[in-house]
Amino acid sequence: MSDIVDLNLAELKKAIIDKDLSAKEATEAYLQAMERGAHLNCFISTTADKAIQMAKASDQRIESGNALPLDGIPIGVKDLFCTSGVLTTAGSKMLSNFVPEYESTVTEQLWRDGAVMLGKCNMDEFAMGSANTTSHFGSVENPWTARAEFERQLVPGGSSGGSAAAVSAGLALAATGSDTGGSIRQPASFCGIVGLKPSYGRCSRWGMVAFASSLDQAGPLTRTVQDAAILLTSMAGHDPKDSTSANVSVPNFELALTGDVKGMRVGVPKEYKLEGTPSEIEGLWEKGIEILKAAGASIVDVTLPHTKYALPTYYIIAPAEASSNLARYDGIRYGMRTEQEDLQDMYQKTRRDGFGEEVKRRILIGTYVLSAGYYDAYYLKAQRVRALIKQDFDEAFENVDVLLTPTAPSEAFAIDENDNDPIKMYLNDVFTVPASLAGLPAISIPGGLSNSGLPLGLQIIGKMFDEESVIKAGGVLEMATGSDMQAAGKE
Amino acid sequence: MSLDKTMVQRVSQLARIEIAAAQLDNTAKELNNILDWIEQLNEVDTEGVEPLASVTGHALPQREDTVADGGYPEKVLKNAPDRQLEFFAVPKVVE
Repeated sequence: MSDIVDLNLAELKKAIIDKDLSAKEATEAYLQAMERGAHLNCFISTTADKAIQMAKASDQRIESGNALPLDGIPIGVKDLFCTSGVLTTAGSKMLSNFVPEYESTVTEQLWRDGAVMLGKCNMDEFAMGSANTTSHFGSVENPWTARAEFERQLVPGGSSGGSAAAVSAGLALAATGSDTGGSIRQPASFCGIVGLKPSYGRCSRWGMVAFASSLDQAGPLTRTVQDAAILLTSMAGHDPKDSTSANVSVPNFELALTGDVKGMRVGVPKEYKLEGTPSEIEGLWEKGIEILKAAGASIVDVTLPHTKYALPTYYIIAPAEASSNLARYDGIRYGMRTEQEDLQDMYQKTRRDGFGEEVKRRILIGTYVLSAGYYDAYYLKAQRVRALIKQDFDEAFENVDVLLTPTAPSEAFAIDENDNDPIKMYLNDVFTVPASLAGLPAISIPGGLSNSGLPLGLQIIGKMFDEESVIKAGGVLEMATGSDMQAAGKE
Repeated sequence: MSLDKTMVQRVSQLARIEIAAAQLDNTAKELNNILDWIEQLNEVDTEGVEPLASVTGHALPQREDTVADGGYPEKVLKNAPDRQLEFFAVPKVVE
């Protein structure tokens, strides 16, 4: 089988269980693809030996009739999930030598279910970025650069850029990502794949390198909605080691894919029509509305009046939490140290040398908004606006089951294009940040191609802990748009 | 509210991130661009709105304050840049 890497997760799972091919063969096919695609820089570390070893263990279980749900499924892991004995850098020089002695809960659960680790995916440093250009290990190239024949290298989006590009290019069957303000959904949109951010608390944050703890959430990046549902079922679940992990039951998310949205109420928030958004984005949105309408859903106009304040709110709350979380990088317990005679000098120079520009900028902003005299004006103000943003969603969801919006305000742009203008970079997350602030589940589905032949995503946002409606509506969208995208996605 | 050079220096000390004196002006400019953009939040009337810290509404769980893990100093010290015996080592603090 020369096209093993063309199978999606559900197909490969069946092929392995039916013994059409072994887990080891599947893993080897991906390891070869990773070598061919090395120029995309999707991986910070490759764990080939470990992958083969895990695949062999899968084959043994299958042989003895004890197959696990993800046996032989080769995946990439965003490099902020701590993996025992495997370098975990979070894309930062600060952690460029950090080898955890423990495993994150999310990855632990994936291995428990038989998945195979191919390597650790590149990402924006500490997940701060929307283009994967802030990584200490270099930028990631979007595989659509070649498909759409662009002269300049395109970004994969961020911060889960390595994960998204790897899945899109067929270097991993699926990958884990994390989403704080859009870091799963926006790269999924840019790379033409599916990205699912679950409800806050659905997946344990234990063992994930923290960025903004009230927002961070793990989720899958996959080729299909079904694949995302399968992976989420393994990743989710209550974990006593994360005090914010939700003690709610985990359904078999795959069963939500009924293909039936008859009678589903789909809200269309008027505030997401932004001035200056390219008309092709509006056109894509219209197409999504028509698809769901044709499938029997009812379309409802809704209003989320505080939408425009979501980004500035986020850029107080996320840096504030980051400045606190990243205080742990002090050159003493782990990570790099710049040796100095004096302790204070050691702290200041270690953090000067270990953090990149964007991370420093956010720590400084966060430190400022939390400092005496400014706390009320910035941080408490932002938390109050956050309450209003959540209230907007609560009110909208009294009348609708899900919301439909575009995922990102543009197609993938060239590497370095927005690097000199932080605010312009931040605007990439204008459609994804509101759901993050409200803790809601949301998915990005490939919706179609832009005029220049690049993928554009559609976003479905659901009620708290109602990933099932998100998956159901996403599946219906995918059925209508998926075949075009799959054809276009072949190099 | 606008950050001046002195304030940037103060914030950089609070954050324990050294910024070269020559870069203070530029950093102040960058941070002010972001803060100016954030200022739009002042348009929002938040009178009587409670600050939102948790989106799930779940109460944080409590447990007995007992030792549940530990007893492996080698693992804990594995990534330490410097150590002495079973301790993290730091530059001399007290003369």
